[in-house]
Amino acid sequence: MIELSEFWRRFRRNRSAVAGLFVVALVVVMAAIGPFLYPNDPLYIVAPPEIWPFVDARYPLGTDSIGRDIGAIIFRGAATTLIIGIVATLVASTLGIAIGAVAGYYGGAIDDVLSRITEIFQTVPNLIFLLAVVALFGAHIENVVIGIGVVSWTSIARMVRAEFMSLREREFVLACRTINMSSGRIIFSQILPNAMPPVIVMASLLVAGAVLFEAALSFLGLSDPNVASWGRLIGEGRLTLRTAWYVSAIPGIAILLTVLGLNLVGDGLNDALNPKLKDR
Amino acid sequence: MERTWRAVRRRLLQAIPTIFGILILNFLILNLAPGDLVDVMAADEQITNPVVLAKLRESYGLDQPVHVQALNYLVNVVQFDLGYSYRHNLPVIDIIMDRLPATLLLMFTSIALAMTIGIAAGVAAARRVNSLADNVISVVAVLFFAAPSFWVGLMMIVLFAVKLGWLPVAGLQTIGVDYGLFEQALDIVWHLIMPAVALGLFYAAVYARVMRTSMLEIFGLDFVRTARAKGLSERKVATKHVLRNALLPVVTLLSLQLGTVLAGSVVVEAVFSWPGIGTLIVEAVSGRNFPLVVGILFLASIMVVIANLLVDLVYMRLDPRVELR
Repeated sequence: MIELSEFWRRFRRNRSAVAGLFVVALVVVMAAIGPFLYPNDPLYIVAPPEIWPFVDARYPLGTDSIGRDIGAIIFRGAATTLIIGIVATLVASTLGIAIGAVAGYYGGAIDDVLSRITEIFQTVPNLIFLLAVVALFGAHIENVVIGIGVVSWTSIARMVRAEFMSLREREFVLACRTINMSSGRIIFSQILPNAMPPVIVMASLLVAGAVLFEAALSFLGLSDPNVASWGRLIGEGRLTLRTAWYVSAIPGIAILLTVLGLNLVGDGLNDALNPKLKDR
Repeated sequence: MERTWRAVRRRLLQAIPTIFGILILNFLILNLAPGDLVDVMAADEQITNPVVLAKLRESYGLDQPVHVQALNYLVNVVQFDLGYSYRHNLPVIDIIMDRLPATLLLMFTSIALAMTIGIAAGVAAARRVNSLADNVISVVAVLFFAAPSFWVGLMMIVLFAVKLGWLPVAGLQTIGVDYGLFEQALDIVWHLIMPAVALGLFYAAVYARVMRTSMLEIFGLDFVRTARAKGLSERKVATKHVLRNALLPVVTLLSLQLGTVLAGSVVVEAVFSWPGIGTLIVEAVSGRNFPLVVGILFLASIMVVIANLLVDLVYMRLDPRVELR
């Protein structure tokens, strides 16, 4: 693992990654101050409907077709977006690392079975699978998060498996085996830390993917209806697209910028953690 | 030819365990879900009589042990029996097959569009690295890579249908007008433009980025230098030598992403009320129509398996060195 200051020096060289980090930081700040700026339930009706943005200073982003404050939904929705994105990525990473590590380390029949399972999950169309999970288990926020995790882990598993397969033959692993270290310790304390850099890069991209999944699900009206969500606002704004298209446009821009920021950060992490791959 | 058939046979054999696994997965989620089919039907039809409920369970085999149910499920699916939707009063397979052509039309158009735009943009960017065109292409690609396709679709509706009135807002064709065959086809194309672009732009962005990278990589290889040394024009080198090889990663990516294209069409269909599988599954999920949801999940997965097989064959044509594993 490289030192933090060295890492930051490398990350900083990629200017678009720094811009991406700035955007992501902005979303984090929005999520943090949201409850103080808008302490009431953002889904309450507070004003006349269809006030356009930048018209009324009390509602700088305007109100939607039933008179809810779009600014409140954007600020409070930032937390929803981030939490779902991060927790779903943690679920996906845990699953992916566990399955990839075991498959790559042990190889043989275990690898065959786990690779097959990975292939099956990769074949099943992700959003349709997610819809099925939500339909069958109910649209609670936990099910949404677990569902997104379950449809996203395969890329991590494939990568971790490849890393483990190449690392397990290295001298330092052989040395550990010679001193009779247990497989579990070799996997967790020796190989995994060396396999982490590409996992971190992939995880940052998965957060972006999870944000898009949540947006699609709530756009379709199939996510948890009790939380403020950008995707849901896009879906609701659809009904008044002719007269008040800004209701859909604003949360869409929020999603676009967040995903863009996360993708740029991912690129920057890739440059900083895998300097050999810089030109790819 | 002989070699191709052998490869097809081998890939088909390999697909069997995958399909089997998909079946098990579907059966598992059906069974892990709280409540069963009869509970949902009972809630719908307001049946409370326990005798009727037990009868219903018996008629669906839900009173059998799990392994018997699994076997029944397997036997049924092999016979293309995916269950029955009481809400439509039709077998699930018939409902899906009725909606499938619209989805396939949308998917293929989007992929063709994404391939054309993406490859052209990637080649253009790679031929003039760091030029203005390269930078513009990169920025546009990064933007469309981050934009949710349903949102792009909605914004296109605002611009092209509501404000400019150039394109129809939604649907597959104009309803209530009796066209001739040619006019009808034209009408469908007219309706297809916006959904296909909304779905395709994301993948066009992906392909443009991959194509640029892979073109640049191959421009640096020895055989390209040889081609230049023997006096081929730069254009010939790019099209005859580099392009063909640079396509390989794009084809790989296509095969990896087919499932996501199908999934992406769900949301795009919802935006444009496109009468395909996407709108069908959203209806089915909202209505808690379990047999239909799981039937769509199964058939969509099978479609991806078949499509992957086709992509592998294309891959083999592009690169004769590739032996299908």
